[in-house]
Amino acid sequence: MSDEQERRARVVLVDDHRMFRAGVQAEIGQTATTGIEVVGEAGDVDQAVTVITATRPDVVLLDVHLPGGGGVEVLRRSAALMAGPEQPVRFLALSVSDAAEDVIGVIRGGARGYVTKTITGTDLVNAVFRVADGDAVFSPRLAGFVLDAFASTDAPPVDEDLDRLTQREREVLRLIARGYAYKEIAKQLFISVKTVESHVSAVLRKLQLSNRHELTRWATARRLV
Amino acid sequence: MTTAAAPSSAEVRPLRKLYRSSEGRWLGGVARGLAGHLGLPVSWVRLVFLVLFFTSGLGALLYAVFWFVVPLGAGGVDSAPRAAKTAKSGKTSRRPDKGKIFAVVVVIAALVALSENLQFGSANAYVWPLLLMGIGVAVVWRQADNARRAHWTEVSRRKRLLPLARSAAGAILVGAGVTGFVVIQGSGRQLGSVLQASLAVLVGIGLLAGPYLVRMTQDLSEERLMRIRAQERAEVAAHVHDSVLHTLTLIQRSSENPREVARLARAQERELRAWLYKGAKGTSKDEEEAPQTLAEAVKATAAEVEDHHGVPVEVVCVGDCPLDEKTTAQVQSAREAMVNAAKYGGEGGAVQVFAEVEGLTVFVSVRDRGPGFDPASVPADRMGVRESIIGRMVRNGGKAEVRSAPGEGTEVVLEMERAQS
Repeated sequence: MSDEQERRARVVLVDDHRMFRAGVQAEIGQTATTGIEVVGEAGDVDQAVTVITATRPDVVLLDVHLPGGGGVEVLRRSAALMAGPEQPVRFLALSVSDAAEDVIGVIRGGARGYVTKTITGTDLVNAVFRVADGDAVFSPRLAGFVLDAFASTDAPPVDEDLDRLTQREREVLRLIARGYAYKEIAKQLFISVKTVESHVSAVLRKLQLSNRHELTRWATARRLV
Repeated sequence: MTTAAAPSSAEVRPLRKLYRSSEGRWLGGVARGLAGHLGLPVSWVRLVFLVLFFTSGLGALLYAVFWFVVPLGAGGVDSAPRAAKTAKSGKTSRRPDKGKIFAVVVVIAALVALSENLQFGSANAYVWPLLLMGIGVAVVWRQADNARRAHWTEVSRRKRLLPLARSAAGAILVGAGVTGFVVIQGSGRQLGSVLQASLAVLVGIGLLAGPYLVRMTQDLSEERLMRIRAQERAEVAAHVHDSVLHTLTLIQRSSENPREVARLARAQERELRAWLYKGAKGTSKDEEEAPQTLAEAVKATAAEVEDHHGVPVEVVCVGDCPLDEKTTAQVQSAREAMVNAAKYGGEGGAVQVFAEVEGLTVFVSVRDRGPGFDPASVPADRMGVRESIIGRMVRNGGKAEVRSAPGEGTEVVLEMERAQS
């Protein structure tokens, strides 16, 4: 996003490993070069909720495994901040775990994206700004999980159409899973980047909505819930 | 009888505890266990017991004492004859074999003979109640014996009723014995009050000892829990020591070689991850085992390439299917593509592998962020991609496509219709 002028984002880091927080802060938390300002840090669920409520950041980088209930608990207790009338707080899950239950869990909890800790600094900065703008951030792995979740049902019942992925959304996800950037997806499918982003957001919304349908079935089949 | 044979076999097995033999036994396995312990033939020990038996029942007493005191175990004569015997009796272990029946008959006959020959005089009246009590106690003790045996052989028994019935039978026998005592000693009229009194005493003892018993069992189970936890912790520690610490040491040693460091760290991460997440599901798969499904095969291949070339390979799998001839060929093609990507495109970051099974279509894509190339400009005599990727796919009824442009990296797309299963 270096091509855009003076972008700023206030970020809270939630991770129980101090070393890791320091590392992320060193990599992205330099206002001058990245436009990201780390306004708070927390090491467990209680701290996180306090800090997030006090600072109202644009984006929370949230670890999935935390003492006190994990990232899902933080999301649950911050639900009001995500839906409030003011500028909403957005959550981006940042985890070392790429287990399906962790990923799907925080996405259903309301996180706007999920990236693993192997992500590069540049990509992470981009992801933070995208989430701050209200878009969803999908790593290839997350796209894979989502496809897996929705692929298990082949014959869609008519009335569940709302919660199913459209052909286009699947295409977009598939390209994400193959490692394409949004720009490349747009080029490949002859659509605008904005359209790609809206497809991805729609997927995310459906993912959060569809716990009644495929996802529940999928998760129960794998004994994840 | 300990002098001659015991030291010679003690050299072979230095630490031995006396156990009753659980296999090939006639009664309690005492003779066999002793024989094994002393290194003597079983028949000798049995003969000694038999001889002792006729010296006013000393053998029986000894045997009984051994039976109660010595735990049942895997001891005994574990030489060739025993092995042969267990192999033979293994199949018929459900039914009492002839030896057992014979032993029981001999014991009963001897007991009858004994009771007729011995003159107890006035004490004669006490013999039967005593015998009853003895049998009752024996029946209940046998229960513990059975429990131990079940523990040894790890056989889960569905018959819950049997132990209960056994306990009840034992209690009734003992009760009958006591009652017999009372009836003989005094008149039958006092029986009621005596029973009441003994009941009161029993309840009293139960009330007194109950809390201690409860606490003891609680302590025991707690201790067991602690032991299991300690065991788990030891296992984790061992694993961390074996793999993580070694890797960290290696990383420190080769700190001037960033490529090697990255390779080590990634290999370790993958291994630890596999151990953590697969171990939790309780399926300790043999790592040497060849992968059975497409997803497993793709992941294994990616791991191999990653280790070999020191370039991270990220794998995303959607759906899965069993490996067959066609999909195996596809995985091999994917492997070539991964190797190429790691070799020529590894500078641009991780190689991304995506495998999807949708219905009968198997789709694999391998993408790198390297410099890319113009596929049209590749000379016709370069066989790498053409033969080992495209050619292999086409020969197996699939298709492959190489998409690349200078500056945009390379993507190899492999598609295959798998055989109807």
